[in-house]
Amino acid sequence: MFEHYLSLFFKAVFVENLALSFFLGMCTFIAVSKKVSTAIGLGIAVVVVQSITVPANNLIYTYLLKENALSWMGIQGTDLSFLGLISYIGVIAAMVQILEMILDKHVPSLYNALGIFLPLITVNCAILGGSLFMVERSYNFGESVVFGFGSGFGWALAIMTLAGIREKLKYSDIPVGLRGLGITFMIVGLMSLGFLAFSGIQL
Amino acid sequence: MEKIKKVVVDPLFNNNPIALQVLGICSALAVTTKMDKSLVMCAAVIAVTALSNYSVSLIRKIIPSSIRIIVQMTIIASLVIMADQILKAYVYDIAKELSVFVGLIITNCIVMGRAEGFAMKNPPFLSLMDGIGNGIGYSLILVYVAFFRELLGTGKILGFTILTPTTEGGWYTPNGLALLAPSAFFLIGLFIWALRTWKPEQIEEVQ
Repeated sequence: MFEHYLSLFFKAVFVENLALSFFLGMCTFIAVSKKVSTAIGLGIAVVVVQSITVPANNLIYTYLLKENALSWMGIQGTDLSFLGLISYIGVIAAMVQILEMILDKHVPSLYNALGIFLPLITVNCAILGGSLFMVERSYNFGESVVFGFGSGFGWALAIMTLAGIREKLKYSDIPVGLRGLGITFMIVGLMSLGFLAFSGIQL
Repeated sequence: MEKIKKVVVDPLFNNNPIALQVLGICSALAVTTKMDKSLVMCAAVIAVTALSNYSVSLIRKIIPSSIRIIVQMTIIASLVIMADQILKAYVYDIAKELSVFVGLIITNCIVMGRAEGFAMKNPPFLSLMDGIGNGIGYSLILVYVAFFRELLGTGKILGFTILTPTTEGGWYTPNGLALLAPSAFFLIGLFIWALRTWKPEQIEEVQ
């Protein structure tokens, strides 16, 4: 049992890294990776939100949306799965809002450190993507907790690495047309190539 | 008329959503391994961007600004659900391959960015045109990436053999890397390089 969760975790972090093999959360990934300190803040925020929303959406899917999911209320033969997208994004927006209020009240230091990144996470595709993958691969509740944390952690790892490389990049002589966005894409490509090396690993 | 032409043509090269505004790369790249997949994705994105721009613009004067993000999100999510259902009904095989990426149009920053940045300030028809223009600008890159990935990866375009692979007695050895994630990044990087060499005003300042 424990081994199953461990292998799921490593798969989510390295083999199926949301940013580098599924291209999720790319907009923020490219835009907010200029400095390591901001990348770490955003990374932590993603891990926290992802570990809460994926299990929450798992519960919503299992007990409200799935085929015959309402049988615990005595209603048979329902299939509300077409409402999935709008419910998940609603849950994500609500969760981010609640988390923002809790952090503001109880952990103001972390709240100030995260700043603008917290609300931005609502439109980060990695978060919605995590929930959609959870539904598509029909994870149960335990697996969705592990997958949520693992995929968030993998994304955070990727953005911190990219920020580290981009900070060093200031000292290099890049062709004029490639400066900025162009070279960043190339670097992400090389990083993704590196992460491909994990793909043969069997756990 | 002049203005309409400008909002449609500008996003193609001068203000491309992917190459310059860095919007909407998220759900885009994973669908570019095959041409047919990306064409379907492009159609869905153009339709959603255009219609969401139009609907947001119609009600732009009555949306209270404090809840505008939620209102836009709801409109976009409903449109994406429609697109998803239509794709599942008519092109089931491709919809299956696109898997979660149709749903991810909701968080595609192009849709949200144009609704917030353009449709909230402009009349409906112009917003519709802006949505179409940005959708096409996005499709342009998608089709470009998909063209090279499918051609180099399998030697085919839309199922027609262009470069006969060695497995079928030809001369071309398919490049497996083109089908994997990294190649999409390299192709976009090269596109940006070419575009900025052509239009030097898009080059970024050195910090």
